Amino acid sequence: MKIETRRQIYEFLGLFVIRLSMLIIVASMVLILGFIVYRGIGVISWEFLTQQPTDSMTRGGIFPAIVGTFYLVLGAITVSFPLGVCSAIYLNEYAGNGRVIRIVRFGINSLAGIPSVVFGLFGLAVFVVYFGFGSSILSGSLTLGLLILPVIIGASEEALKAVPMTYREASLALGATKWQTIKNVVLPAALPGILTGSILGVGRAAGETAPIMFTAAAFYTRILPRSIFDEVMALPYHIYVLATAGTHISQTRPIQYGTALVLISLVLGVNTIAIVLRARLRKRHR
Amino acid sequence: MSQIKQQDKWLNRNRIEYLIQGLFFLLSLVSITIVALVFMFLFKEGVPIFRIVSVREFLFGKLWYPTYTPADYGIWPMIAGSVVVTAMASLMAVPIGLLSAIYVSEIAAHRIKEFIKPVIELLASIPSVVMGFFGMVVVAPFLQNTFNIPTGLNVFNASLMLAFMAIPTISSISEDALAAVPRSLREASYALGANRWETISRVVVPAGLSGISTAIILGMSRAIGETMVVLMVAGGAAAVPESIFDSARPLPASIAAEMAEAPYQSNHYHALFATGIVLLIITFGFNLLADYLSNKYKMTEN
Repeated sequence: MKIETRRQIYEFLGLFVIRLSMLIIVASMVLILGFIVYRGIGVISWEFLTQQPTDSMTRGGIFPAIVGTFYLVLGAITVSFPLGVCSAIYLNEYAGNGRVIRIVRFGINSLAGIPSVVFGLFGLAVFVVYFGFGSSILSGSLTLGLLILPVIIGASEEALKAVPMTYREASLALGATKWQTIKNVVLPAALPGILTGSILGVGRAAGETAPIMFTAAAFYTRILPRSIFDEVMALPYHIYVLATAGTHISQTRPIQYGTALVLISLVLGVNTIAIVLRARLRKRHR
Repeated sequence: MSQIKQQDKWLNRNRIEYLIQGLFFLLSLVSITIVALVFMFLFKEGVPIFRIVSVREFLFGKLWYPTYTPADYGIWPMIAGSVVVTAMASLMAVPIGLLSAIYVSEIAAHRIKEFIKPVIELLASIPSVVMGFFGMVVVAPFLQNTFNIPTGLNVFNASLMLAFMAIPTISSISEDALAAVPRSLREASYALGANRWETISRVVVPAGLSGISTAIILGMSRAIGETMVVLMVAGGAAAVPESIFDSARPLPASIAAEMAEAPYQSNHYHALFATGIVLLIITFGFNLLADYLSNKYKMTEN
């Protein structure tokens, strides 16, 4: 009987600690988001979102940073979407289980593991200096594009895997070649999933700071970018600069909260949409 | 005649098929090519520093004064900073990450699971600059007042923020590992009269251990490479930290903080790229280990 009680106490404590850890995660998440929303919401206004910064950044809006982030993300997805989808098609449709495939997979995993600041160094050495693109939208987009490539590949692969084998078999049985099957049957069926997954890549690219620090981001630009060779302001970099390097750190505090709220709404909003869509697609395929 | 044409068409069709397959194959090599290029360019820009200092002096030198004459290029304080911060972050993130994975996989009801998994995914997607910002404006003043220390921007604060960035990685990969443990093992354990906790701690977790170790390694790799948090929150002093409330400058922070000021092709520039090489090799090593463990795991599963 004594042993029995001890076992019950252990079980109670064990399950308690497990639940506690979950509580810690959810609570800290609520705390972080709640704080940013609480402090930032008062700053957000139509003017804040649509106007230039003024009075050496202590007043005005963050419009150029929003525009800059938009361009960078658009560029990044343009670079990595075709590459990522094609990689995923090879992995899921053509490749067998040989040594080559292990190398390809190892490459993708290694790419996913490279620290973001190293991507920044790489972008600086290759795009900014070697190709001579300078600090620009182009350099930043290319750097971010490489960074999110593993995300796109992973999402596309999941979408391709979800296409039932019978679709392919039916198409091949009708005499279609492998490529015709992929093009006309597999890809259309997988497209919603691929697009949904790519939204996750958008969220990732929008929030990264270190890769654009030396490749694209500017502290302040007087005019909006006119070509892909222009430097841009960007939301994450704006937060960093105002919070650490500006000359009026405490004066710009409200702008920092506001920018953080805009960035977080953008990234979490985009990710929530992707997660909800993905959950629906998964249900449909089940 | 028409039959020959038909045959030609078939041959042509075949040739196109091969071409397309080849094209996809080449495109799938892009990732590994980029990894190779990253190594190549980092070495190209970083290695010239070793004409001035030896590898040993660079790695183990305790002084970092890149802009002085004569300059000192020792990154030992940064390596120590990275190690300390990552180790402390792991101390916090591993238990919480693993326990939350157990919760999701073994305890949560289906509906709660559907809610909690996206929450963890969203935690992973909070931009690092926002985590750093939160550390600066909330955690730092709190630490400063609570412990009565000169600054809240220190090793402890950075570790805490890094832990939250590593938790989602550890949690989601561990959960996959636990979910892959066959149901029959759990049933056998219950049939022997074990309760839930005994089943979890003595059957399910040990069975998923190799997957869990992969998760821990990838989580640590994420923490050691994370830049914005340590740049904004760790304090930035280029000295080996001696207490958890000391200021530190981990490797990524050193690169990010100084790159903008280092003139192109100067020794400082090369030294920062060499710092990048060290960081890259560390994270690459972690990934190799994770890859090895997860392959080993697959073998035991079959």
